[in-house]
Amino acid sequence: MAELLPMKDIEATASRLGIDLSTIDLHSIRLPHSDNVGIDSDDEDVLNEENLEFESGFGNIIVVDNLPVVPKEKFEKLESVIRKIYSQIGVIKNDGLWMPVDHDNEKTLGYCFIEYNTNQEAELAKERTHGYKLDRAHIFSVNMFDDFDRFMKVPDQWAPPETKPYAPGENLQHWLTDAKARDQFVIRAGSDTEVLWNDARHLKPDPVYKRTFWTESFVQWSPLGTYLATVHRQGAAVWGGATTFNRLMRYAHPQVKLIDFSPGEKYLVTYSSHEPSNPRDANRVVINIFDVRTGKLMRDFKGSADDFAIGGAGGVTGVSWPVFKWSNGGDDKYFARIGKNVLSVYETDTFSLVDKKSIKVENIIDFSWSPTDPIIALFVPEMGGGNQPARVSLVQIPSKEELRQKNLFSVSDCKMYWQSNGDYLAVHVDRFTKTKKSTYTGFELFYIKERDIPIEVLELENKNDKIISFAWEPKGHRFAVIHGDNPKPDVSFYSMRTAQHTGRVSKLTTSKGKQANALFWSPVGHFIVLAGLKGFNGQLEFYNVDDLETMATTEHFMATDIEWDPTGRYVATAVTSVHEMENGFNIWSFNGKHLYRILKDHFFQFLWRPRPPSFLSAEKEEEISKNLKKYSKKYEAEDQDVSLLLSEQEREKRRLLKEEWEKWVNEWTRLHEEEKLYRQNLRDGEGSDEEEEYEAKDIEVEEVMNVTEEVIDFEYDQE
Amino acid sequence: MRPILMKGHERPLTFLKYNNDGDLLFSCAKDHNPTVWFADNGERLGTYRGHNGAVWCCDVSRDSGRLITGSADQTVKLWNVQTGQQLFTFNFDSPARSVDFSVGDKLAVITSDPFMELTSAIHVKRIARDPADQTGESVLVLKGPQGRINRAVWGPLNRTIISGGEDAVIRIWDAETGKLLQESDKESGHKKTITSLVKSADGSHFLSGSLDKSARLWDTRTLTLIKTYVTERPVNAVAMSPLLDHVVLGGGQDASAVTTTDHRAGKFEAKFYDKILQEEIGGVKGHFGPINALAFNPDGKSFSSGGEDGYVRLHHFDQDYFNIKL
Repeated sequence: MAELLPMKDIEATASRLGIDLSTIDLHSIRLPHSDNVGIDSDDEDVLNEENLEFESGFGNIIVVDNLPVVPKEKFEKLESVIRKIYSQIGVIKNDGLWMPVDHDNEKTLGYCFIEYNTNQEAELAKERTHGYKLDRAHIFSVNMFDDFDRFMKVPDQWAPPETKPYAPGENLQHWLTDAKARDQFVIRAGSDTEVLWNDARHLKPDPVYKRTFWTESFVQWSPLGTYLATVHRQGAAVWGGATTFNRLMRYAHPQVKLIDFSPGEKYLVTYSSHEPSNPRDANRVVINIFDVRTGKLMRDFKGSADDFAIGGAGGVTGVSWPVFKWSNGGDDKYFARIGKNVLSVYETDTFSLVDKKSIKVENIIDFSWSPTDPIIALFVPEMGGGNQPARVSLVQIPSKEELRQKNLFSVSDCKMYWQSNGDYLAVHVDRFTKTKKSTYTGFELFYIKERDIPIEVLELENKNDKIISFAWEPKGHRFAVIHGDNPKPDVSFYSMRTAQHTGRVSKLTTSKGKQANALFWSPVGHFIVLAGLKGFNGQLEFYNVDDLETMATTEHFMATDIEWDPTGRYVATAVTSVHEMENGFNIWSFNGKHLYRILKDHFFQFLWRPRPPSFLSAEKEEEISKNLKKYSKKYEAEDQDVSLLLSEQEREKRRLLKEEWEKWVNEWTRLHEEEKLYRQNLRDGEGSDEEEEYEAKDIEVEEVMNVTEEVIDFEYDQE
Repeated sequence: MRPILMKGHERPLTFLKYNNDGDLLFSCAKDHNPTVWFADNGERLGTYRGHNGAVWCCDVSRDSGRLITGSADQTVKLWNVQTGQQLFTFNFDSPARSVDFSVGDKLAVITSDPFMELTSAIHVKRIARDPADQTGESVLVLKGPQGRINRAVWGPLNRTIISGGEDAVIRIWDAETGKLLQESDKESGHKKTITSLVKSADGSHFLSGSLDKSARLWDTRTLTLIKTYVTERPVNAVAMSPLLDHVVLGGGQDASAVTTTDHRAGKFEAKFYDKILQEEIGGVKGHFGPINALAFNPDGKSFSSGGEDGYVRLHHFDQDYFNIKL
């Protein structure tokens, strides 16, 4: 831990290094993430946690047992053999291999200690060589050095576990009971993380909780909004509570990089990747799955990055996150990942493979779960130079029965999009043209809920158009596509069922020449934001898909992120620190009215707090929207009151400000008058105040215009 | 009204100053020639030739007879406004950053930059009525705090000197003894370099602009923070309307980053704020570089801005401006 240097020392060091401290703006210095430069977080528990992690410091040592017992002459040979085996796995420290010798007969004792550079290498060595057959008589038995200690400590007598008295927790869903039905969001700017209410009626955010250095890299809400997760070097933590945010649970995972919740927020998946000592090896990946509420480690997965990289974007560290995809529907029953030619589906009852084995799928590169049902859609690309067609299949879990399959020819790329109710699956297929020089696009639309799952093929009118973005209407039957070939693409809306064509896709409209490259549907459907991010500098168009008309066209210059609030009432657009300027966020109403704007330097994250799904049945919702007028009356009256109150407050505030200012001005005038004489003296008696300046004075000026000399005859005719 | 574009400088503008009558506008720029213009139509009257470096600041006497200019050539010069004749040169050992005549024009406060091992300093010079009697002696020298002092002006009745600079602290000094009387609070004060400081017409309060993207209004006598105006850009220049309760902030992103960003991102606007409510009223666009200098005509009916782009823009307000209601 770095001690605080006195200012004098800092100055001395600076002058020695030739740095002018006055030219350095200390606030502009950003420390790298994940490194606290010896300055510890203010969180005491984090400190304690660190102590737990490095209990003994022997985690990098393994004990290899069942070695041959050899006399002195053969000692070196055996040592070189062992060294050969174990240096393949990791870098053995200098003097890191020790084989004890019996003093009496100078023979080895049949075991040795190996010290690696890192704990990960030691673990790996244990995994790989436990049970290694040197010959028939000598099967290695490998243990972690620390484990001996641990198992020695186990008491011989079983002691019944203590029953802890029940401590009632806080209502973690308290935020849902807000009387004004507001939503919360979290922002991260600079070193501060802050949770705020979106108080749209007052056109400002209302602070809930703020903490400096809350997280070391990012924060994340759990999918139902119950927890806020923070990431630290020692692991992840979740926070929540009724009024403030208390830490509810910690999950130890050193150097955790990424986290992911299961959709029902029962489990938390954490991921870390460790640099190997040998640069030729792939990174070592550790994935842990914790039970969110108890903090218990349910299952861990360890391996090299290559094992987890299949199906990802590829490359050196091409692990695509999340590695594990969860089946949806809120019960968190299954999770799955892609392996080499297999799809591994695990169930959370036992945290083992369903039916104890993975599903064999040659060359599988992508899959996704239905958002509601235990159905997996998977994609296999073309093989054998086109002899074996590409294939999209729907597989039911746990029966592993193939529900539907579609073969596709000359495919170059394929993406799958599920509609949020799991009613439809759209497969976006890029196909090669006959010459194989260019590609064209089509959609395969699966009607999942209908008998035999019919498939419909949709092709764009202009075959050369590229698909820039695709999005389903949440809970709806429509989808939007941005397509085009030129800088200003077109946006088309399609419906899976219309009055004329039940059960057939039909186009609703196409609007041409939009400045948009991203689609953001309202979470309740009906409305969509067509956004032009990046190259379009933050163009926004709020579009009503029911009436097929634009509600507002506006701009949030340089916007990088757009997110609807979970109720579909507000939209947040943010400029994060990818840009140096303009950092901050804007809040808009669903129809594109600008509500308020907050600027924050070094703005990293804006996240709405998700809400759990509504308890209202579809019929009930239908009924409410039918009688909307009745319900909205009450809220309109409330709005009216608030706005009256607001303008009243505003007027009051202004009046106070004006009064305060008057006071200053009166004081100043008084002092100014008092000092008038002194001022005049300073100016050598000249009038000093402005009004005297322009005093009218009559000044007669005589000016000689011309002088001529003339000799006048004057006769001295005098007597 | 359409602004009058005054192109006479070849380098970025640094400072603008109207004379007391409001009929002349003096401009300083990084080219070496301070220039005087008719404040009404923007016609150029003449230049003051003699400096050999960027001119950072100027002030004009109340009778519009004398001009004092501070330059990076380590001199401060006195000029005859009418003839352009050099009357006197004060020599310093480092660039002169700011100059200000006292009430009565008998004294001038000059700040010099830190240079090599020299620290920054505030000098008070006596200005003789007759240029022939002028000497270069200092009445008072204040050794400055850390970093450059960007601006020093006289307090009421020449009793105090108010300074602000790179260390973001506003200080009030006794103009007689040189004692430090008051310092702005670190908590409530500016967080970054103070770039400009301008007094109200009666000297009772002053406005400071800073790179921390804010401008602050202070009471001159007690150094009480009265108002804060927050903007999106570093503030390079500030001005106060002598007529209405308006303040103007000018700035923009750092000149070194201008070429790499969209012109809209630069925000090279002169922003008008309500002085009392601290709310933004509007902006005047036009410059294609950051605004370095702002000045209000003493009659409050026009203002001018000078930019990194080398232009001075002279704006006469339309009638609408005087009817703005918040």
